[in-house]
Amino acid sequence: MKYQAEFRDARLVNGVIAEIQRTVSRPWVIMEICGGQTHAIMRYGLDQLLPPEIELVHGPGCPVCVTPLELIDKALAIASQPGVIFTSYGDMLRVPGSTHDLFSVRAAGGDVRVVYSPLDAIKLAQQNPDRQVVFFAIGFETTAPANVTSVLQADALGLENFSILVSHVCVPPAMHAILSSPENRVQAFLAAGHVCAVRGYWEYPPIAEQYRVPIVVTGFEPLDILNGILMAVKQLECGRHEVENAYSRTVTFEGNRPAQAMIDKVFESCDRKWRGIGVIPSSGWRLRPQYAKFDAERRFDVESIQPSESPLCVAGKILQGLKKPPDCTAFGTLCTPEHPLGATMVSSEGACAAYFKYAFSPAGS
Amino acid sequence: MCLGIPGKIIEIYETNSLLMGTIDFDGVRREACLAYVPEAQVGDYTVIHVGFALHLISEEEAQETLDLLRQIADFEAELGPDPASETLQGDEYEIPG
Repeated sequence: MKYQAEFRDARLVNGVIAEIQRTVSRPWVIMEICGGQTHAIMRYGLDQLLPPEIELVHGPGCPVCVTPLELIDKALAIASQPGVIFTSYGDMLRVPGSTHDLFSVRAAGGDVRVVYSPLDAIKLAQQNPDRQVVFFAIGFETTAPANVTSVLQADALGLENFSILVSHVCVPPAMHAILSSPENRVQAFLAAGHVCAVRGYWEYPPIAEQYRVPIVVTGFEPLDILNGILMAVKQLECGRHEVENAYSRTVTFEGNRPAQAMIDKVFESCDRKWRGIGVIPSSGWRLRPQYAKFDAERRFDVESIQPSESPLCVAGKILQGLKKPPDCTAFGTLCTPEHPLGATMVSSEGACAAYFKYAFSPAGS
Repeated sequence: MCLGIPGKIIEIYETNSLLMGTIDFDGVRREACLAYVPEAQVGDYTVIHVGFALHLISEEEAQETLDLLRQIADFEAELGPDPASETLQGDEYEIPG
C-alpha cells in the first residue's frame, strides 16, 4: 500500500457519494478547515459530485493567507537590509504587503531564497557565518515541529547569525471565533488531518460540546474527504455532535507527543492577529523568553510599520466561510494569481487560488 | 502549506545528533527529519511535511478504512444506481475556449 492511489479509487468514491446522497435529507453547511482540503475538493471536483443539499465552505486553514500584513511588511523590511539572507517557504514570496512583495525585494537586489525546510536555512547560516540568515516561520500546528527544531538546532550549534520571524497560528481558537460569530453558518467541521497528526484531537471535544457541532478529523485524498463528509452528514442527520476520526491511519487522539513537547519547550501561547479576520485571543505561538535571541523581530529594528490593506479584497470574509471567491468584485479581474490583492489568491492553499485554478477559466486560457 | 506526502523510510541515520532518514516517494528520494517519530523502522511509511515526519502511517488502520469504504460501495452497488447520481455524472465542466 502506498497510501495515495488506494484513496482515489473511483468505484469507492462513487459508492461513498451514493451513500451521502442516501443519507442527506436537508441542507447542511460544512466547513473544511484546511486549505489543502479546499484545493483537493476543487481539483477533483468533489463539490460538483455532492448532492445540492451539502454546501462546503472554506476555512481559514491557510497560514500564508492569515499571516498578518504587518508581519509581511516586517519581512519585507528585514529582507531589504544589506547582509541578510531571507529564507521562506515559496508560497510567501508573492504575498502582497502594503506596497510590494518578497519577489520585488529580490528583484531589487535583496537576497531572498526559497527553502524546502527550515533545516535548509540552518545549513545556509552555517555556510554563511558573515551573513544574517532569517527564516520566515509561518504555519499552523503542522509546521511547528519543523520550525521549533530549527531554533533548537541553531541553539545546539551555537549559531549567532540565525533568527526566525514567527507568525504561528493554531486551529482551535479560530474554530471558536467562527462558531461564536453572529454571522456563523457552519454546522459541522472537517478538522485538518495534518494539524491533528501533530496535535491529536483531544482539544476538540469541548468545542463540539459547547457549540453542538460535529467535528470529523479528515485527510486529503478524495476518499478521505468524502468519508469525512459522510461521517459529518450522518451526525448532522441524527442530531449528534461528536468528534470522530476519518483519518485514523495518520491521526491518533493524543497526536505526536514528542513533537508537542518540543513545541511547548520553544513556543508559548500569545494573542495573534489573523489577516482579514483580526486579533483572536491565545490563537498563536511566539518564542519563549529563553529563545528570544532567535527572534528576528528583536534582532532587527522593524517595530514602527503602519500597514494598509487593499480596500477591495474580501479575503477575511472568505476565510471565515461568510463569502466565496466569486462573490468578490475583484476576483479574476483585478485580482489574479499573477497580481493578487489578497493572500487567498496567492497560496497553494488559498480558496481564491483554488477557484481560479480549477473552477474558473478566463476566456482563452 | 500543511500538505503532507506519504513516503517509505528506506534509511535512518543521525546528523548533528538529529534523527534523519531517506524517504522514498514512489521513486523520488529525499532526506527528512525523523526526530518526532523515534520509533520509526526502515520500511515504515510516514507523512512528510516541510522535510519532517509528522506521524507514522498505520497500515492496519488504512486497511480498516478501505474495508469499510468497500462495504459501503458494495452495498450501494447492490442497491443499484441512484437516479440523482446519473444526472450528476453527465454534469461535467464546460471546457472554455
